Amino acid sequence: MVEIGVGSVGIVVIVSVFLGAVVTVQTAYQLTTPLISKSIIGSIAANSIILELAPTVTVLILAGKIGSNIASELGTMRISEQIDALEIMGVHSSAYLVLPKILASTLMIPLLVIISAFLSIYAGMWVGEFTGAVTKEDFMTGAIQYWIPFMANFALIKATTFGFIISSVSSYYGYYTEGGALEVGRSATRAVVVCCVLILLFDYILAQLLL
Amino acid sequence: MIEVKNLNKSFGAKQILKGISAVFEPGKCNLIIGASGSGKTVLMKSIVGLIPVNNGSIIYNHDTDFLNIDDAGRKELRKQIGMLFQGSALFDSLTVEKNVIFPLNMFTNMTFKEKMSRVNECLERVNLKEANKLYPNELSGGMKKRVGIARAIVMNPKYLFCDEPNSGLDPQTSIVIDKLIKDITDDYKITTIVNTHDMNSVMEIGDYVLFLYKGEKFWEGSRNEIMNATNQQLNDFIFAGRFFREIKEQNTKRLSEEKNK
Ligand SMILES: Nc1ncnc2c1ncn2[C@@H]1O[C@H](COP(=O)(O)OP(=O)(O)OP(=O)(O)O)[C@@H](O)[C@H]1O
Ligand SMILES: [Mg+2]
Repeated sequence: MVEIGVGSVGIVVIVSVFLGAVVTVQTAYQLTTPLISKSIIGSIAANSIILELAPTVTVLILAGKIGSNIASELGTMRISEQIDALEIMGVHSSAYLVLPKILASTLMIPLLVIISAFLSIYAGMWVGEFTGAVTKEDFMTGAIQYWIPFMANFALIKATTFGFIISSVSSYYGYYTEGGALEVGRSATRAVVVCCVLILLFDYILAQLLL
Repeated sequence: MIEVKNLNKSFGAKQILKGISAVFEPGKCNLIIGASGSGKTVLMKSIVGLIPVNNGSIIYNHDTDFLNIDDAGRKELRKQIGMLFQGSALFDSLTVEKNVIFPLNMFTNMTFKEKMSRVNECLERVNLKEANKLYPNELSGGMKKRVGIARAIVMNPKYLFCDEPNSGLDPQTSIVIDKLIKDITDDYKITTIVNTHDMNSVMEIGDYVLFLYKGEKFWEGSRNEIMNATNQQLNDFIFAGRFFREIKEQNTKRLSEEKNK
């Protein structure tokens, strides 16, 4: 729980700040006509952040970190017979090892996504102000004016789904590792690739179903 | 007591265990010996159910058919099994103490104090006193083995499995470990199965010895019979080292001299 949550805050901060900054600058770059109010930049940036950047792009990066972490931990336990040792004691090893990871990841990733969304919007706002593209006030006006509460729910539904995908897929690949250290690395890579593809697929499915 | 009958196991097209039958009696140190790659680890893991076999039967305690047992029964039985793995298999995120206390935490209602005294008792039995707070990666290979044994015996198992308990140990510690395994077996009348290719262990504790050759049982008997066994493969295995070869030669010489007199 701590490992998955707190351990990922650093990378989430870095990714979110840059995503927020970039999306603001690029939106401002595209909106050059004086006919549209500047506050629309805030609205577009906030919408893209909440709908896609925070829950999907950030989570794709988390899939790399958390997914490989889980897969290599379980893979190492498998090849060094630690999972066998649990089984021999009469412990149900998959339940004992995997369930807490799925629980932690399904709870912590939405939390990280919320942090990410706030940071991104905040960073976008300040970048707008610094570059003179849009004032803080205009940015926030736009962000709030076009705010649809369902977007937040949608982002959380996505984040929870992705959290479950990351932990279950990487646990599966880690738990069923066979061979030696090389295979542990291979399991971790495979876990991350499969997680990313599934996240993108479910991103589409959820958008299609819920929007 | 554990009885295996006609155990077969293949990985793909490669047959590793070829119709193994044996009876491992309680209160005895049952040894499985054989060259590297002969299938000792596969046999041991098959007996405890970590490797699914192709066919055959494994009977614990006369009436428990291990291959046709439900999950609950298997779990119950496994609480009576202690196993030392060839690579020790310590949980590397836990200290020595936490490794040994782990089964007690999972399956007993003892107080923390009772558990700790049991843990320290087991660690003392394997001659490890000042390592409680160390992590597995801070231990030598032999120390890991000993922690593995302590963890295997902490629940007072009825069945003790040791996969090469003294490979990688110095001769002195090896003897201590052999003696420990023997004492535990005698004291609690448990069924002990030990994989080894150490001839010293064989002569020291081999109440029953099963010799595996390329996945087949080539010979069985006690340590007293082994010196005079006529099986070619067994002799090649035992007398590969000079020490035992010389003993054997002296033995034959003495016998023939006695005959000549
Ligand atoms: N999971 C597996 N898949 C395929 N082959 C295996 C597997 N495990 C073991 N083998 C094969 O089974 C044979 C016996 O292996 P095993 O580990 O039982 O040997 P061993 O007698 O314990 O040797 P050692 O003394 O070196 O530990 C070997 O030829 C090995 O290649
Ligand atoms: Mg082996």
